[in-house]
Amino acid sequence: MTEVAYIQRRNRPLYIYALLYLAFLYIPVLFLPLFSFNDSIYISFPLKEFTTKWYEGMLGNEPMFAALINSLEVGSATAVFATILGVLGAKALTRYRLPGRKPVVFVIMLPLVIPGIILGVALLILISRLGIALSLYTVALGHILISVPFSMAALIPRFEGFDKSMEEASVDLGENAWWTFWRVTFPMVFPGVLASLLLCFTISFDEFIMAFFLIGTEPTLPIYIWSQLRFPAKLPGVLALGACILVGSFFVVFLSQWLRRRGVRTETARGV
Amino acid sequence: MHLSDSTVVAGAVPERHKNWLPQLRALFLRSEALRGYTLLSPTLIVIGFSMCVPFAIMVAMSFWTQHAFEFDTAFSLANYREAVERPVYGALLIRSLAISGTCAVATVLLSYPMAYYVAFHVHRHKLVWIILMTLPFWTSYLLRVFAWKIILGYNGVVNSGLKGLGLIDQPLEFLLYSPTAVVITLTHAWAAFAILPIYVSLEKIDRSLLEAATDLGDGPVARFLRVTLPLSLPGIIAAMLIIFIPTVGDYVTPTLVGGPDGMMIGNMIQAQFGKVNNWPMGAALAIAMMIVVAVISVVYMWAARKATERIA
Repeated sequence: MTEVAYIQRRNRPLYIYALLYLAFLYIPVLFLPLFSFNDSIYISFPLKEFTTKWYEGMLGNEPMFAALINSLEVGSATAVFATILGVLGAKALTRYRLPGRKPVVFVIMLPLVIPGIILGVALLILISRLGIALSLYTVALGHILISVPFSMAALIPRFEGFDKSMEEASVDLGENAWWTFWRVTFPMVFPGVLASLLLCFTISFDEFIMAFFLIGTEPTLPIYIWSQLRFPAKLPGVLALGACILVGSFFVVFLSQWLRRRGVRTETARGV
Repeated sequence: MHLSDSTVVAGAVPERHKNWLPQLRALFLRSEALRGYTLLSPTLIVIGFSMCVPFAIMVAMSFWTQHAFEFDTAFSLANYREAVERPVYGALLIRSLAISGTCAVATVLLSYPMAYYVAFHVHRHKLVWIILMTLPFWTSYLLRVFAWKIILGYNGVVNSGLKGLGLIDQPLEFLLYSPTAVVITLTHAWAAFAILPIYVSLEKIDRSLLEAATDLGDGPVARFLRVTLPLSLPGIIAAMLIIFIPTVGDYVTPTLVGGPDGMMIGNMIQAQFGKVNNWPMGAALAIAMMIVVAVISVVYMWAARKATERIA
């Protein structure tokens, strides 16, 4: 960084602003882990003794683990189904000349711009009119809906990034479409698939707004946290849990973003 | 493509294709569009089933009325009439629009210099900067909002910190449970969403234009105002919309940090499906909110396009 600062010396103020901006992004969130080690049920300065008891308290918390398992299940199901739908969609949109492509893309991307509350409420109405009981399945359905656009966004550059003629060569050499997909297409887009799985999992794992409407009796982790926020005595436990979730999702997202952009970066670097 | 005919029948729009069944396979193999849409159909069906159908039913329900625990499915405009006549709904909607609008402007103003810095002055480790900028967006929304509750609280981080430093005697009460708290929290929560479109539009600017402006005698300020800013307008316009639209309906942030003065229309919609238990009214409010947001967005986009054309 020092070298950049040296070259761009005139923009030192901008550099400082960028650091402040990152501080604004990250510091609020860092208060969660900070106070999770504080030996007081009140979240305020000055800090008291260092303690790990809130983390120890988590270990025996069975409802929390049940919620965690629920979230992992919903997240995995969402990741797998949204990614399958994303692969199909991305392949169709990049490999075929589709009449009416624009409106189709518009509809698929629509969940990105519709407020979560609207999607949640609309799905709730549909599900109740169909007489289906609310459960983790209904939550997963909602999560798949909002994850597909992200999955496609991660996958389309991958499909665009490699030469269609490789697939054609495979077909010419006698492979059928199914094996061409598994032997040629899939390995080429695999980093995108991995990124999509991770992203969709994180989206589902953290999603609260739709889950709130679509949840049955078994809570996901965010719903569990929400239910705990009413009890002041339980706040430190929530902080400890939140800190663990933050660390976990930072790691997963960093990995998925890195996977997703690595290929794109090397390609543009070669282009330049 | 080795998808069997049955997939097509189950997948694509069967109505139109029924008569073609005999020649379907030949046609299927010949028509690129048909094969493409077959591949796309699972995605479209899931999206259609979980978005378009619910939408249609929600619109229908907004014309029903609630009687105790039953729906009266006779067509009625009662919900919309109530939404217009009872001032609380309008007031909540206007407050939501104001909060979201403020938040959109604040986020863009804050994020623009950051995006500018990364686009023009970061030459190494750009990827790391981009990930750093967008990473918080992917972490739990609930936890990010909750973080602000403990920061702005009566005995929260800011108040107890300032008191510890001896700067204040009494906690600052305006911090939590106010529209200001909602704006601050939303601005933080959505910052990462604003920065990407702005960054992309800045990154796309042809650097030779900037050199040309410099060669022709523009200083840094004039160059920014005459070249960089107009060319990055699409990013700014998109960022504003991306933040404005979803935040109007938010109910998590107002519930956690808004207090009675910071309640938004999302809280009212949520209540209709919860304790008030008047789903048709909730559906009507949700649709009214969407229509208002859509109209504002369309007018905004139209005005933005006019403005962009005039500058360019």
